[in-house]
Amino acid sequence: MTPLTAYLMVAALLFAIGLAGALIRRSAILVLIGIELMLNAANLNLIAFWRYGPHPEALTGMMFAIFSIAVAAAEAAVGLGLVISIYRHAQTTDVDQISRMKG
Amino acid sequence: MSAVFYVISAFTIAGGLAAVLLRNTIHCALALTIAFAGLALLFLSLDAQFAGFAQILVYIGAVVILVVFAIMLTRGAETPKEGAHSRTWFIGLIVAAAVFAFLGWAVLASAPGLPNQTAVPPVSVHDIGDALMTRYVLPLEIVAVLLTAATIGAVIVAMHEKARSK
Amino acid sequence: MAAKIDQIFIIFANWVAGFFPAAWHAAITHVLGVIGIVSIFPALFAITTVLERKGLGRMQNRLGPNRVGPAGFLQPVADGIKSLTKEDVVPFTANGIMHFLAPLVLVVTVFMGFAVLPVGRHMQLVDMDSGLLFFFAMGAATELSVFMAGWSSRNKYSILGAMRAVAQMISYEVPMLLSAVAVVMIVGSLSLPRIVAAQDTYSGIWPHWFIFTPWGFAAFLIYAIAATSESNRSPFDLPEGESEIVAGYHTEYSGFKFALFFLGEYLAMFALSGLGTTLFLGGWAAPFSGLNFIPSWIWFFAKVMMSISVFIWMRGTFPRLRQDQLMNFAWKFILPLALLDLIVTAIWRFLGPGWQQWVVCCAILIVAYVVMGRLAFAVKHIGPRRYRYAEEGSR
Repeated sequence: MTPLTAYLMVAALLFAIGLAGALIRRSAILVLIGIELMLNAANLNLIAFWRYGPHPEALTGMMFAIFSIAVAAAEAAVGLGLVISIYRHAQTTDVDQISRMKG
Repeated sequence: MSAVFYVISAFTIAGGLAAVLLRNTIHCALALTIAFAGLALLFLSLDAQFAGFAQILVYIGAVVILVVFAIMLTRGAETPKEGAHSRTWFIGLIVAAAVFAFLGWAVLASAPGLPNQTAVPPVSVHDIGDALMTRYVLPLEIVAVLLTAATIGAVIVAMHEKARSK
Repeated sequence: MAAKIDQIFIIFANWVAGFFPAAWHAAITHVLGVIGIVSIFPALFAITTVLERKGLGRMQNRLGPNRVGPAGFLQPVADGIKSLTKEDVVPFTANGIMHFLAPLVLVVTVFMGFAVLPVGRHMQLVDMDSGLLFFFAMGAATELSVFMAGWSSRNKYSILGAMRAVAQMISYEVPMLLSAVAVVMIVGSLSLPRIVAAQDTYSGIWPHWFIFTPWGFAAFLIYAIAATSESNRSPFDLPEGESEIVAGYHTEYSGFKFALFFLGEYLAMFALSGLGTTLFLGGWAAPFSGLNFIPSWIWFFAKVMMSISVFIWMRGTFPRLRQDQLMNFAWKFILPLALLDLIVTAIWRFLGPGWQQWVVCCAILIVAYVVMGRLAFAVKHIGPRRYRYAEEGSR
């Protein structure tokens, strides 16, 4: 049986990778990919804590993960809609160039 | 048991790294698929069957496809001339490394006190459905409203401005 | 005796497993099941291609294949040899790895869907608690392979075909899932064997299949339309519209890779027919209580072949839709009806057995269908085609 620590370390590493992706990439879509990775790392943590927790039959962590998957889907839809809208407006998805708020 | 875990997590992390580092945006999106599939397998290895399959259905079936569509619609597949990485990429990398160091330290420092249940929890899909319809019915309704709002919002945001003014 | 023939494959698997140490039994029976799936369904694919070509030939007043073997029935063998010996052309600019992986991903994910399909009494590879969800998850993964194929070919016809295919599959996946949810609401389980078991009862000689209830009939029609669209069959075969985009996402595939795409599409059709059979047509259950002596797996495959024939019939009959008609049909007609069907299913369950549930549910569905049909034809997008030559203010 794999210890809980291993799952938590994998989740931490994925979270750091996602954070790095969100911070270092230029493309807005790749920033969103980084955010999705971070959310997934959090989901892995929730499921791992549910599995190893004292009361798995209460389903708290599982429910948290399922709702988080649903919310992440909504987040992706709205985020990508915004990216498309910005692209139509500014002809670029480079986050370094879309730095002004004036339309 | 452990060998399977190491293979899956190596796959997941390799997929995540590729999704963040590759130059071609479409390749990034497809590498993201590998990361998501690996996470679904990790969920399965944690006896969370429902969450694992929901992960495949939602992330690979919907989110990755959405990302790919967004890339195609924004002509983002070509790498920009100035390079794929932001001007301040170095700071970003340092921040990410610091966060990982902190998280890793926190996990390892608390490792001895962590709970360690080994018996497979007796949870079926039926229980999950029951919980969703009884104890978690309010969050479920809120998620339904959120998804509806997000769908409408995404359509309006991405709509052509001409069509919107009509 | 009848019970033994019914379970003959399981008895055979256990007999083979008997030669191995006890610790291996589970693994051996699973391997045998996998061998069964990967040999029976491609064989069915070979038979179906001949039947389809001959059937279409009949419908179009021509002979169809009749040269290879008796009455042309060895045609798939010849086709297989041809595709194996053909040169495998990969475009110079194509993305090599993804071009190679796309057909493999398609075939593998489609094959994995068969793992949860009960093809007979106690005859499923794994009885998963969330089998239906697994099936749909694997179905969702095929979309990605279609996109990989189209994008990696670096050909505008391929990419157009892939975008069309993915948009279409996503749009029709929603009503398909919703129509399956109606069944799940009544049975209370995502496990496919349990869904079949719920239909394997009879009142008199008549079976309790879900298609014989108002909500089940509506859900079945929605499922059938969505499944036709998911498997890219005519009249929803826009992703491969020859007159517009050559061959869609597999334009740049030749030789064995093309054969894999062809196989994957037919296997997806079998899988969707099998799931439709399981959900609405009683799976392996016999249509009359007196016919239970015929093995369950014969019933399952007979039902699947019946739905395949309907697929072929539709292909020979309907003209192809236009892309905007396809999308409007999915989002403005099928999806609202599927949502309404969920409400009707809840009412059916709430009212309990009796004549009231029949009257109320039938009335709601028929009224909704008629009203929405009228509305749809009043809106210009779905109705008969009107030609506008000079459109002011193009979009």
